[in-house]
Amino acid sequence: MLRLEELQVVRGRTRVLHGLTLELGAGEIAALVGANGAGKTTTLMALSGLLPIACGRATLELESGTLDVARSTPAALVAGGLIHCPEGRQVFARLTIEENLRLGAYLNRDEAEVRRLLGEAYALFPVLGERRGLNAGGLSGGEQMMLAVARALMAQPKVLLLDEPSLGLAPQITERIFDTLVELNRERGVAMLIVEQNAMLALEIAHKGFVMEEGRIVMSGTGRALLEDAGVVQAYLGASA
Amino acid sequence: MTPARLARRLSRRLSQRQALVLLVLLLAGTVVLLELLGSGYHRTLGALTLINVMLAVSLTMTNGFTGLFSLGHPAFMTLGAYVAIAFTYPAARKSFAMPDLPAVFSGIEWPLPVAALIAALAAAAAARLVGASVLRLKVHYLAVATLGLIIIVQSLALNLDGLTRGGRGLTGVPRSAELWLIALATLVVVVGCWRLKHASIGRAMLAVRENEMAARCFGIDAVGLKITAFVLGAGVAGFCGALLPHVVAVMTPKSFGLMLAFNLVAMIVVGGQGSILGAIFAALAFSLGSEALRPVEESLGLYGMTQVVVAVALILVLIWRPKGLFGLDEPLVEVK
Amino acid sequence: MSGYLLQQLVNGLTLGSLYALVAIGFSLIYGVVRLVNFAHGDLMMIGAFSTLGLVAVGEVAWAFVPLLVMAGGFAAGGVIERLAFRSLRGAPMITGFIVTLSASVAIQNLGLMILGAQPRNFGFPSVFRERLALGPVNIAVIDLAIPAATLLLAGAVVLFVQRTRLGIAMRAVSENAVAARLMGISLNRAVLAAFGLGGALAAIAGLFWGGKFGQIDPLMGFVPGLKAFVATIIGGVGSVPGAVLGGYILGFAEVAFVGFMPSEYSGYRDAFVFALLILILLLRPQGLFGREEEERA
Repeated sequence: MLRLEELQVVRGRTRVLHGLTLELGAGEIAALVGANGAGKTTTLMALSGLLPIACGRATLELESGTLDVARSTPAALVAGGLIHCPEGRQVFARLTIEENLRLGAYLNRDEAEVRRLLGEAYALFPVLGERRGLNAGGLSGGEQMMLAVARALMAQPKVLLLDEPSLGLAPQITERIFDTLVELNRERGVAMLIVEQNAMLALEIAHKGFVMEEGRIVMSGTGRALLEDAGVVQAYLGASA
Repeated sequence: MTPARLARRLSRRLSQRQALVLLVLLLAGTVVLLELLGSGYHRTLGALTLINVMLAVSLTMTNGFTGLFSLGHPAFMTLGAYVAIAFTYPAARKSFAMPDLPAVFSGIEWPLPVAALIAALAAAAAARLVGASVLRLKVHYLAVATLGLIIIVQSLALNLDGLTRGGRGLTGVPRSAELWLIALATLVVVVGCWRLKHASIGRAMLAVRENEMAARCFGIDAVGLKITAFVLGAGVAGFCGALLPHVVAVMTPKSFGLMLAFNLVAMIVVGGQGSILGAIFAALAFSLGSEALRPVEESLGLYGMTQVVVAVALILVLIWRPKGLFGLDEPLVEVK
Repeated sequence: MSGYLLQQLVNGLTLGSLYALVAIGFSLIYGVVRLVNFAHGDLMMIGAFSTLGLVAVGEVAWAFVPLLVMAGGFAAGGVIERLAFRSLRGAPMITGFIVTLSASVAIQNLGLMILGAQPRNFGFPSVFRERLALGPVNIAVIDLAIPAATLLLAGAVVLFVQRTRLGIAMRAVSENAVAARLMGISLNRAVLAAFGLGGALAAIAGLFWGGKFGQIDPLMGFVPGLKAFVATIIGGVGSVPGAVLGGYILGFAEVAFVGFMPSEYSGYRDAFVFALLILILLLRPQGLFGREEEERA
């Protein structure tokens, strides 16, 4: 579905990714874990076309053909079903909830379908439906995360890139979000690449995991295997875990 | 070879003292040459060019050292010009041309150097007054506010008829700005700015430019330094404004306006933010280049062409060499 | 109400309309690219001279002139953005600022080169000069036409920004350009929309300016442009209704200054406007109605 081969990305004068290789199959959840500054967010930004790829290849395989990320605009990638749900939620605080959701389906010109998708989003998160006319800036952190996920779903993603979905959220809300993600993966077959500081949480729901260090993958395996690996536990999950 | 590299290559052979001697010789040589061989036209061109050098260097100190963005030089020049003229204008014509001038001025006819220094002080004082509040503004607001300052000063000059003769302008200003005086002033301004830049206060200013927050963390008084740079720059602007009408014999409220503000900014951007030598070269190139283009402009009847060339060139420089042709460093002399 | 007072009110309304039309563009453009576009006022000049050109050609029915002028302003705004500003998007604020100033100087002097410095008389159809009796005073048709057209256009822009897909996209870009791109919004389209719409409104303001004051010249746009920016600041930069309101406040303030101060002060109207600007910047930089702008990462 999504394949990264020897990906190198340079930001400013610093090379952040030094040849990153990973693969995400259709319908899979993969967790990308690692310390601060390992290059996880950079990976996602390069995948959604926000940063230029210096070297290597990233491809998105679709039924309609293969998209080369390096040669695609962010809009083309969104049209292809690659949706990036960025760190810190990034909802448009001065726009209403409904406007935020409509922007999620910005490239979809079929008004009837957009209406249907809006209905689905409000069914998934009723709190958003109740407040659809209010500015998103008035929502709590958890509600904003729901809006960010719902907004990403408006684009009918095939691959969802999630950057720190648990950041700054209370544990119950994090759990709610992660439950929703698992459900979406099971019922709609949305593939996901999740970047998480809370590595344990991500590895628990992931089919496979990748451990990043200084711009490379240093270890990979099934989510369960990584969770049980003493080295990973020590390095990334805290020695007490 | 880029100008920066050329200059750097030259630099290995020069100490600071040698550079100073070279500058003095160059200025003195120019003055002697123009006085002995040049026509009146050449001397005027030389005078205007040197004044542009002073203006560019002082603006690079105000804007380039501290990262301010002021367009206000022409406002202070206008102020300086009218202050100086109040002292130097032929006493016999004062009551006719400037009836509202306070009586103390009516009999006096002071020499230009004294009048120009008073003008510089007046401009600096005005800058101190305005700067304390205006310099708190954010980048683009400061620029708009200083543009506003130009318009305010021009509007005052236009309407204070009894002091300025309004839009008709003051003619018959004595042509007392001798070339040697201007050259000497240029030397003082250039060397002064150079010393300032490489003294600890100059380094503190550059630190403010690079990262104001970090500079403040080291106890640097960023606002105070910006005011200092603004006031010093305005002083030089007031001085130059005082000299100019004494070169061309005329002063009008529109003599120093928005186009001049733009051209000065063009010089310091092309010269490289905060680079004194860059500003000097850019001022020379601008003054002589636009003078060379003038006959072309006149023969084709395309007035405004030079200004279009300058504006387009500036856009191209910003796109391709955003740090200016000379970069940010002083190319010529190693400082020990 | 005395006739004098009413006439002053009408003057304020007309002048305010002109500022409002230009101020909307400042706000739209600042919103999407965080750029104070100095060249924006010069689009007024372009609009005024294209009107003159269209009339001189004489083939175009007067009813179509405003539409063509607005289309021309849209194109001019877009072309200026493409030529001068696009390759510097994301550059430091000072750089952007110097580039817009350069563009303004280039446009003004191109105007001087091509059109000459002589002001031209601006012939407007005589219906606009006719005066209608309104109670105790006669009001020129143009003084009614300008505010009416302005409110219509401003309303259309507000509707566009609030309701349409592209308008919502522009607001999204204005708030968070990176997130907007992640929605599949094309930055270039949003920027073109802002510059184009702003250009169209400034061009029609140029047409009105010529009609109201009767003379145009290549440098006519700069100072009114700066004043319109003052209006933008009064209303809070980035808000379209704020820009309109700011335009009218400034228009009324300027007319009141000229109309009610002793006549020897009326020459100071520009000084008054820019002193007002500096005062507002110092006391309330977010504008009278704007909110504090948050710093963006």
